[in-house]
Amino acid sequence: MLTALPLDAAGPVIPNFSAHSSSCAVQNHLFCVDWVKSNWGPVLWPALRQHVLLTLVAVAIGFAISMSLALLAHRHRWAERPTLLFTTFLYTIPSLALFELLVAPIGQNVFAAEIALVSYTLLILFRNILTGLRSVPAEVMEAAEGMGMTPRQALLRVELPLALPAIVAGLRIAVVTIIALATIVYTIYNRGLGVPIHSALGEGPFKTELIAAGGMAILLALFADGLLVATQRLLTPWTRARGT
Amino acid sequence: MSEFGGAFRFILHDGAVAGYPNLPSLVHLALETLKVGAIGVGISLVLAAPLGIWLGHIHRGSFFAINIGNVGRALPSLAVLAIGDAFLGLGLAVVELALVVLAFAPIVTNAYLGVVEVDPELVDAARGMGMSELEILRRVELPLAVPLVFAGIRTAALFVISTATIASLAGFSGTLGDVIANETSYHFAGVLGAAICVAALALAVEGALALVQRAITPRGVRIERAERGAIADAVIAGA
Repeated sequence: MLTALPLDAAGPVIPNFSAHSSSCAVQNHLFCVDWVKSNWGPVLWPALRQHVLLTLVAVAIGFAISMSLALLAHRHRWAERPTLLFTTFLYTIPSLALFELLVAPIGQNVFAAEIALVSYTLLILFRNILTGLRSVPAEVMEAAEGMGMTPRQALLRVELPLALPAIVAGLRIAVVTIIALATIVYTIYNRGLGVPIHSALGEGPFKTELIAAGGMAILLALFADGLLVATQRLLTPWTRARGT
Repeated sequence: MSEFGGAFRFILHDGAVAGYPNLPSLVHLALETLKVGAIGVGISLVLAAPLGIWLGHIHRGSFFAINIGNVGRALPSLAVLAIGDAFLGLGLAVVELALVVLAFAPIVTNAYLGVVEVDPELVDAARGMGMSELEILRRVELPLAVPLVFAGIRTAALFVISTATIASLAGFSGTLGDVIANETSYHFAGVLGAAICVAALALAVEGALALVQRAITPRGVRIERAERGAIADAVIAGA
């Protein structure tokens, strides 16, 4: 559907490639829908899919680790401080630096990327899960015990459901943070929306590519955040009844 | 781990690489990174702190103050740089725009939470003593809000330092990110060395701000709360 113009029509301004030599792209209008359409299949959609996958894997692993650590710290108070110190330390390492630091021992691969991403989810998720578990009123726990629940039953049926709003709040922050961080994964591992953003930034000011690639990352983050809010509303109908 | 040995040699030689005599010194790049970051945090502070404090004082706009935090986080800096590049062309202005967007969220959310969570009975007592609104803000609410307000600034500063280096990925040069983005000239040892420098710089800034916070927190407020980590207080804000 895209009719390629003769190359000489491209002019000297944009170092152009056959892929975006529609007249709109050649004149570098603000946003060329046809360029996005023709690049959606080969470039943008795969990048988006990889980005979602990078994020999901990182958040899932981070959630499993954080949940275990939070349950441990919930039962044994001594475990809280060292975990907080360590996860805060990980969280404060600048992302670009951490990616490079991991390349030395691990290499430029998916493991280095995921380890870096996971390490940024830990503080957020651990803190929120623990805060949620701790916010369950003591009377509620006594009532659960009085009903004859074992600690395990009380955890699954009382504490975790009541901690859900705080846990989802943590997940929202973690997901959005990881979506943002995953844009720089491309520096060590050629995947995700960082790839088209990087090529857009490197290709001179071709506006459509810059806006499409950057906009997709932003829309993905907003969409994921909205999805988690909706999920939380579905899972915790009682918080709506209270009017909060 | 010969890579780490090379990285530390690179740092000890202040960024000198054999065969490239004209490279800037690491100290210079670190200072530039600090400058770029300080401008971003500074602008954000001027815009966000008064807004958050004011919203907290009038107990309004909780939806705005908390959700602006989530929206701010949702804007990947590299994406902001890319879109800024499309409209303004890449330069210091676009980089600072991305940094201000990044720093705005934690500062406004924490300033709001810090002031809004001040015990309403204290504010009533102050009002009963005949204090004006401005006096209440200055002598009661702000001193009590210092730990949280500062937690926001520290978080923002951390984010901004590491993101100032990301600007070099977008072609903005002058920061430590230049080294990280230029493996061809600096080799892997240089990239690693610069990464270590960025981490150290961020932690140093965080530590320096923690000291400032300690100095200006009224003694009575220095309870357990002040000991919590910088990010810690901001984390739950999405609830």
